[in-house]
Amino acid sequence: MVILLPIVAALSCFLWPGRSIWIGLINTFTIVLSVAGLSLQVVEQGAGRYAVGGWEAPLGIALVSDGLSLLMLMVTAVVGLAISVYSSCYFNQDKARHFWPLWMLLWAALNALFLSADIFNIYVTLELMGLAAVALVALAGGKNSLGAAMRYLLVSLLGSLFYLLGVVLLYHSFGTVDMSLLAQRLESSPAVWAAMGLMTSGLLLKTALFPLHFWLPPAHGNAPAPVSALLSALVVKASFYILLRLWLEVFPVASFEAGQLLGLLGAAAVLWGGVLALRQTRLKLMIAYSTVMQIGYLFLAFPLASIAGWKAAVYLLLSHALAKTAMFMAAGNILLYEGHDRIAELDRVAQRLPMTLGAFALAGVSLMGLPPSGGFIGKWLLLEAAIRSGQWWWGIVLIAGGLLTGAYVFKVIGFAFTQSNLPHESRAVPIGMEWAALFMAMLAIGLGFIAPWILSIMDTGSPFGVATR
Amino acid sequence: MSAVFVYSLVGIGLFNLGLYALIIYPHLLRKILAVNIMGSGVFLVLVALAGRTASGVPDPVPHAMVITGIVVAVSATALALVLMLRVSAATGQPELPEEK
Amino acid sequence: MNPDNNNSTLFRYLLIAVLITMTAGLVYALLSLPLLASGLSFQVTQNLQLSGVENPVTAVLLNFRAYDTFLEMGVLLLALLAVWSLGTLPKQRETAPGEVLNSLSGLLIPILVLMASYLLWVGASAPGGAFQAGSVLAAAGVLLILTGWQLNEKLQGLPLRFALVAGLSIFMAVGVVLMLFGRRFLEYPPSVAAALILLIEAAATVSIGITLVALFSGGRPESEQQ
Repeated sequence: MVILLPIVAALSCFLWPGRSIWIGLINTFTIVLSVAGLSLQVVEQGAGRYAVGGWEAPLGIALVSDGLSLLMLMVTAVVGLAISVYSSCYFNQDKARHFWPLWMLLWAALNALFLSADIFNIYVTLELMGLAAVALVALAGGKNSLGAAMRYLLVSLLGSLFYLLGVVLLYHSFGTVDMSLLAQRLESSPAVWAAMGLMTSGLLLKTALFPLHFWLPPAHGNAPAPVSALLSALVVKASFYILLRLWLEVFPVASFEAGQLLGLLGAAAVLWGGVLALRQTRLKLMIAYSTVMQIGYLFLAFPLASIAGWKAAVYLLLSHALAKTAMFMAAGNILLYEGHDRIAELDRVAQRLPMTLGAFALAGVSLMGLPPSGGFIGKWLLLEAAIRSGQWWWGIVLIAGGLLTGAYVFKVIGFAFTQSNLPHESRAVPIGMEWAALFMAMLAIGLGFIAPWILSIMDTGSPFGVATR
Repeated sequence: MSAVFVYSLVGIGLFNLGLYALIIYPHLLRKILAVNIMGSGVFLVLVALAGRTASGVPDPVPHAMVITGIVVAVSATALALVLMLRVSAATGQPELPEEK
Repeated sequence: MNPDNNNSTLFRYLLIAVLITMTAGLVYALLSLPLLASGLSFQVTQNLQLSGVENPVTAVLLNFRAYDTFLEMGVLLLALLAVWSLGTLPKQRETAPGEVLNSLSGLLIPILVLMASYLLWVGASAPGGAFQAGSVLAAAGVLLILTGWQLNEKLQGLPLRFALVAGLSIFMAVGVVLMLFGRRFLEYPPSVAAALILLIEAAATVSIGITLVALFSGGRPESEQQ
């Protein structure tokens, strides 16, 4: 099962640290294979439900694999593959022996989270994920990364506790923590409103939606490059996924105002993150602020509350995961090569690291939402949904965001072509790292081509509810 | 069953007190303690409300959940404490550094 | 120490106001819950004989919701991995422990170990079980560390790691073996459920105890230069 394999990997990496890299890589491939196997099964047989331990809910815990979970698992597997390859070249032996068990446990947590249908179980996986992420951030050492990790840990725990209190209220109102049973038993009551507020706030904190985003730039900016990629691409998406699930399955009574509020915060995130990204002088921080901005896009689906809107948000999520991974990997390459990541001093990166810059540019294309990339499809769908539901002003935010993204991407590319005046030493970048970055960027573009297939997978198991029109 | 509700109200009180302390105090140890207090508050609510059964024997599922929660909280606290030590060793003071 | 250092008074009052509203809302939500609600206790008592133990909490932890417990052991191990990744053990102080600590720990540690074993065993029918026993074991371990005891050099590498992962591994092994027999992950057949639970709990107790002590020590052992 896709959850157990990473755990086995983590344990073996821990027991035999000398051979971590090999164990990690081999297990990465097996995990990818098992995810592929699960996907085939779901595509052919439809959504599946697995009662762990033989006890069906409400007494036991159920795992569910429908279209949405499957897509999250797949994107995790793809990103995971790239990260594993990248990291096998990135970390020196000393750090590597700590990186691999932590990364494998993070992967286990992500897979467990995406498959779980039990909100308390999700709390445990959320904590597992959070602790692993914090440890990975701190792996860079140095006071910046340690401080960022500490802040991230406190924020993560705070978010989890809010979520947990919501779980408590829900259990004590309805006697179950299983999502489908809760959906059946749910009635509007003050406790439910409180739970919804609590859980949403906790998850918003963990997803870094404006104005609760303050912890993200230091954490993603100071972590080692593959860790930043993991965090931006997958970890913040996990809490968004939970939020989406909750809103879709458990809280269909959500009010119109709440949706509008989230949409407003999302719009603010897009603008605020975009402007701040432009003002950054360090590449990794800029990319981190770009994440803040892109997360804002995801929340624009909330005020629309239509199936098309949700699908658009998920599409944006997927393409952002791929593109951001590519970007952070490219940044890591540049950092390794130049020894710093100050944007103004990117001396002729275009000539010296063409593959890396190509990856960065392609990823930028997807983030900007230019055709034919995955980002374009996502934005197009969202725009369409916005116009259909009569709330066209969100579309303006989308376009403004695209312009801002274009601005900072071109800024970097521009500097990459110029010659800086300061001499510096450069170190060779392992070819594996460059290929990984380029691969992810090409996938981000490729996501635009396979749109119909992805959209049909999303429908498996009707996670977004059945269309009423 | 008002005893049950008194306990759970205390739990909510702890939760909010902890939240206040977490935001206000700059010293990391206090923040960690505040998170622990918040956690205890949540667990208290969870366990207290489990006592509302008709038969008088409390519902065991929340008890199991709290045990799980405590282990998770202990693990997180351990990590937080060690991280705090490393931060204060690196920056010279046990507080969160200003963002750059 | 003074909280006014970083925050203006306006911010504090604003925060207090927000928190009071939040508390009020939560209290209102709480008081709206029904006075009597049995939650899942009915289902638990119904299936208790099938679970292999008599203590309902243990049944939930190790059987009905064993998957949660499994993941939570992963969390514990993860915390240790994280702590170990951050640095090595702080240097031991050279001063000898005082008389009181010495004699008291000599008395207490065997009692604690005995208590832990008892808690492990009795967890099937009365409050107790792996986590409780593991914590008591860890208390014994902490006392040991405080008296200046250090783990034998030879045991610090692979054997220590084996002991740490034993709980999680046995848990997973049992689950997988059950899957090989055609059942689901961690689906115990009622006839051997009690034995399986005891096995898992025993391994877990040892792992939890050692992990907690290692967490207390705060860093990875020195002999990591393999």
